[in-house]
Amino acid sequence: MNDETSRRGALKCLAFGGAGTLFALSGGIVTPINLAAAATGKTTITGKPLFLQISDTHIGFNKEANPDVQGTLKQTIDFVNAMKEKPALVIHTGDITHLSKAEEFDTAAQLLSALKVSELHTTPGEHDVTDTGAAYFERFGKPSNNKGYYSFDSNGVHFISLINVLNFKPGGLGALGDDQIAWLKGDLNGRSDSQPIVVYAHMPLWTIYEPWGWGTGDADQAFAMLRRFGSVTVLNGHIHQIVRKIEGNMIFHTARSTAYPQPTAGDGPGPGPLKVDAALLPKMLGITTLGFAPHPASAALTDYTLA
Amino acid sequence: MIPATLKHALLATLLALAPLPAFADAQVVMKNFDFSPMAVTIKHGEAVVWKNLDGEPHTVVSVDGAFRSAALDQNDTYKFTFAKPGVYKYLCSIHPKMMATITVQ
Repeated sequence: MNDETSRRGALKCLAFGGAGTLFALSGGIVTPINLAAAATGKTTITGKPLFLQISDTHIGFNKEANPDVQGTLKQTIDFVNAMKEKPALVIHTGDITHLSKAEEFDTAAQLLSALKVSELHTTPGEHDVTDTGAAYFERFGKPSNNKGYYSFDSNGVHFISLINVLNFKPGGLGALGDDQIAWLKGDLNGRSDSQPIVVYAHMPLWTIYEPWGWGTGDADQAFAMLRRFGSVTVLNGHIHQIVRKIEGNMIFHTARSTAYPQPTAGDGPGPGPLKVDAALLPKMLGITTLGFAPHPASAALTDYTLA
Repeated sequence: MIPATLKHALLATLLALAPLPAFADAQVVMKNFDFSPMAVTIKHGEAVVWKNLDGEPHTVVSVDGAFRSAALDQNDTYKFTFAKPGVYKYLCSIHPKMMATITVQ
């Protein structure tokens, strides 16, 4: 087995359960389940999570698929605050609100302020910008100077926050647009191939299901620039379920929602709220954490559910 | 048995409550992630009322910027009066696969 093959194999294992430990919250008790060890029979090392991804909180949603989205977000926050090794960063990958209303943003901001982490980063979803973005940017526009895209570094990892929910073309997928792609080129220019990259947006940056608009039309231009890096983790929300792909050095991962699940691609007329049995719901809501092993710089994704 | 005078009073009340527009607004619903009907023709000066029947919010956004609704939750409506003739293409900005047309004569 050559190095590249074994690295791919290792990454595949990591993505299907993490080099870390999966903690399931069961009856209020955090129970560790070592999925990677169970899958391979090898012992794994638990590292400190680098950041935590929270997505699709949909504050303002009140239909039967989950009449208490504030409650499930609070549960999620309690779960994070109870983690022994808390990540420094939380990234919210959009659809903070359901209808872009000011009061929904205010409620969300108030709830998220209970997170005991030092930094909260956000990118909007299409539900957050139905007013073309005024309410979102008023509250969360500062890091990007109201552009919606920016980058930052944490623990040696380069984070790129992209926006792909403005300026939809009719019938089209999400779009980054020429200005953002030109900015990304400049942001990556001169950066060492060995620096781990985490890039995120709300809608999938890879096409998961075109008929439902689950993709980003011009993201290939971004991937062409990112392919030279040794470790690239591509994250999104939007589809309220986990879908993963590994391609070369790039790991693609979509997060669960904290609010309600959605059907799998193509199941039904469109991507609306999925009503499931009340006992099943907590198993379909959750968050993702990501840890990095320092040598080699590889990413380990772990998903947690509310039950 | 209801007295005849009371019957007349009731009828008068019901008539007073019923809307009596000069002309009926064209109706478009959003259902199962589609606009229905997808093509509507009206005369200038007339209005279209959109109603979202889905549990998922939708919007009504003109491609050329002529009109734009807020996010419409289930059973919310949006009304726009078309002053000028033309062909107005529009979509849902949350689900841009949803496209339809209003033709104003």
